[in-house]
Amino acid sequence: MNESAAPEDRPADRGPGEAAARPAGAGWLPALLPAALAAAFAAALPTIAGGGTIRLAADWVPSLGISFSLLLDGLSLTFALLISGIGFFVTLYARTYLAGHAHLGRFTLYLLAFMVAMLGLVLADNLITLFVFWELTTLTSYFLIGFNHASAASRRSALQALLLTGAGGLALLAGMILLGGVAGSFELSEILARGDLIRDHDLYLPILVLVLLGAFTKSAQVPFHFWLPNAMAAPTPVSAYLHSATMVKAGIYLLARMHPALSGTDAWIWSLTLFGAVTALVASVIALRQTDLKLALAYTTVMALGTLTMFLGAEATVAVAAAMTFLVVHSLYKASLFLIVGILDHQAGSRDAERLGGLARAMPITAAAAAAAALSMAGFPPFLGFIGKELKYEGALAIASEPAVVATAAVLANALMVAVAGIVALRPFHGGRPRAPRTPREAPVTLWIGPVVLAGLGLLFGLAPALIADSLIQPAVTAILGRPETVKLALWHGINLPLALSLLTFALGLAVYVGHERLRRGLIRLEAGLPATADQVWDRLLDGLKALAAAQTRLLQSGLLRRYMFITFASVAVAVGVTLAATGAVRLPAAWPELLFKHWASVALIAAGAVMTALSKTRLAAICALGVVGVGVALLFVMFGAPDLAITQLLVETLVVVLVGVVMLRLPSLEQGARRRRGADIVLSVAVGAVVALTLLAVVGAPLDRAVTDYFETASVAQAFGRNIVNVILVDFRALDTFGEVAVVAVAAIGAYALIRGTRRKERP
Amino acid sequence: METVLALLVGVLVAAAVYLMLARNVLRFLFGLVLLGNAANLTIFIAGRLTPELPPLVPEGLAAPAGQVANALPQALVLTAIVIGFGLLAFTLVLVYRGYQTLGTLDSDAMRVAEPADTTDGTP
Repeated sequence: MNESAAPEDRPADRGPGEAAARPAGAGWLPALLPAALAAAFAAALPTIAGGGTIRLAADWVPSLGISFSLLLDGLSLTFALLISGIGFFVTLYARTYLAGHAHLGRFTLYLLAFMVAMLGLVLADNLITLFVFWELTTLTSYFLIGFNHASAASRRSALQALLLTGAGGLALLAGMILLGGVAGSFELSEILARGDLIRDHDLYLPILVLVLLGAFTKSAQVPFHFWLPNAMAAPTPVSAYLHSATMVKAGIYLLARMHPALSGTDAWIWSLTLFGAVTALVASVIALRQTDLKLALAYTTVMALGTLTMFLGAEATVAVAAAMTFLVVHSLYKASLFLIVGILDHQAGSRDAERLGGLARAMPITAAAAAAAALSMAGFPPFLGFIGKELKYEGALAIASEPAVVATAAVLANALMVAVAGIVALRPFHGGRPRAPRTPREAPVTLWIGPVVLAGLGLLFGLAPALIADSLIQPAVTAILGRPETVKLALWHGINLPLALSLLTFALGLAVYVGHERLRRGLIRLEAGLPATADQVWDRLLDGLKALAAAQTRLLQSGLLRRYMFITFASVAVAVGVTLAATGAVRLPAAWPELLFKHWASVALIAAGAVMTALSKTRLAAICALGVVGVGVALLFVMFGAPDLAITQLLVETLVVVLVGVVMLRLPSLEQGARRRRGADIVLSVAVGAVVALTLLAVVGAPLDRAVTDYFETASVAQAFGRNIVNVILVDFRALDTFGEVAVVAVAAIGAYALIRGTRRKERP
Repeated sequence: METVLALLVGVLVAAAVYLMLARNVLRFLFGLVLLGNAANLTIFIAGRLTPELPPLVPEGLAAPAGQVANALPQALVLTAIVIGFGLLAFTLVLVYRGYQTLGTLDSDAMRVAEPADTTDGTP
């Protein structure tokens, strides 16, 4: 084990871990969990191959029809085996790769938590259960990408992935709730059986768009592709696990799972085909431009995800079989290639294509694994990759609506993959004398075992495709299409069009490989000419969002009382005004009522007092006008049968004037500060006044329900033995309210006293 | 009569809002008093107006003879007047105390809780 290397020689993505070599005696223990799970899933193979499924269910929120249910069928078994199997090798690998790292324990916890979340996601048979695990994968991957939390780039990448996939997750939740409502159940097995009902429903299109948003952000389809290469800030085992084999395939899984419920419409076919094809082509071109091996691999992952999406758009059995086969092929070779890049980083000190070469002699086992993985990636026989590629071409040609588009995209993307496979897996190991920043040594067995086994499986399944055809691919295709299917895999299909396309792919790929350095320089120039990359657009979007939030805060949270009052009153005016207008509640009186002089006089008194209070320039005039308003209101109370109110009002008004007058002796005059224009204030106050008046007119225009009053009138003497009904209500029927009122006044008095006392104490030194 | 009083409440509210949008907190206080009056009148009017007939049960009868003024809104308004007075008294002391401490009645200058943003000029 290479424990002797100095910290600065360690891979850049390892982070600043202290190399305090601890006894790693029980370090293999965490790997037992994925191993046991993989064994358990493998034990279910015969049942699934025989066409059966295994279902577990427990009530979770029965009142909402949500259960915690798990289903194991061909599709989920394929994913579950990949997740637990690759998880085993990655856990083992990480133990050596991060040996002596201060936070190895934390890392292992995150990794295993992620694995469990991912397994829950692919096994869930309930939309809500699925969503919970979906979000858990987002969260755990946030921790994993940001594992080197001391690095700003890591933190940014982690946040970017979290925001983007989290936003997609919200869209997915909305889509799932709609879907559950339309289908009448949140159980996937029931929803999938009601595909026709869902496709004919008015809400089909919103459901489709929301679900696709969730799937496309998770699986990094253009234009959401940029977070995935950025996520390579994570330690290499994470990249190998999350960003090749598992998490990014969650979106693919979702598309496959939803296939029986949502597929078959034009909207489904075209959106998946177009987004998939564009993603595949864009990503494979960008992949060629990279010199960092890890980044090149990251973009080929995006390309693979695009290809999978494209094929899941189709209905044809062979296209779906191609997608499933390619899924397995890709997981096997991509995980091993990532792990190999990690080995190069760990053992040779770099993962830059320009700085590495001729390492095969020093690292023969790694080189052999790399060659096997690369040949599978490039699709050479007799590897499983060849079968996958032939199936893809066959599937592309079988797609009824747009075979030319899909086939062209598939051939071009595959040709570029041949070139990238050469760049990543052949150049560092072969040709010329050894070049590396550090004297290369073969990796320890815990590092190379994963790539060797995974790449070896690619060869084994290529030689004996029946091993997975009946037990995995066929049940998976059956689950995706929702009808029994037969799938046969074979290396030799005879001389036909797919074979011709394969030869064309090799020729094109070889040409690109030979000329790739010139091509790369051209691409770099091209990229420099672009106005902005997707990543920069993301930055601008976030900056814009922050600027918007800041501007909105400055506008709404200005710290000025009058600004707050203005916003509050304006909101009231708009909300009530719009409601009045929209509901047509405004009722203008038919005729003016006959009024006596005393009525007019008191109304005029109040109105004049109010206007004068508002406009007066001196304090004394304002207080007098205020008093006039109060007395006027008391007069109205007298005229309309409310003597108790009138008495109280007069008392209170007198007290108000006296109190304000006393306090004003100690306050400065009203005039201070600069005059300012108050046009907007006038408009707003008139608007609020008008809205209130209109509302009140609507109220008095409606019939009055006097039931409560009638009760009080008849019960006043009979039950409370009082003849002043108002007083009886206050001290008998609503006595507790009155008690509360007394308490409020007492609290106000205590509060006022405390405020004044505080002032006095401060004045005394 | 309800129609005219509804319009009167509108006038009161408009004057109150105009005062509450002012910078001087004493004016704000005056606005508060007017708004309280407007609210009391609103409740009163909503119970409809019955001239000159207070809600009393004459001696010897079990219930009022014929239509009298609506007692329910009167009970509510009576409570509201007193509570409004409590609010006013407390606010008045608060204004006074604020002036003692800050030396100003200008709400724009009362920025202890939310100081002005120094990075850019606030409007």
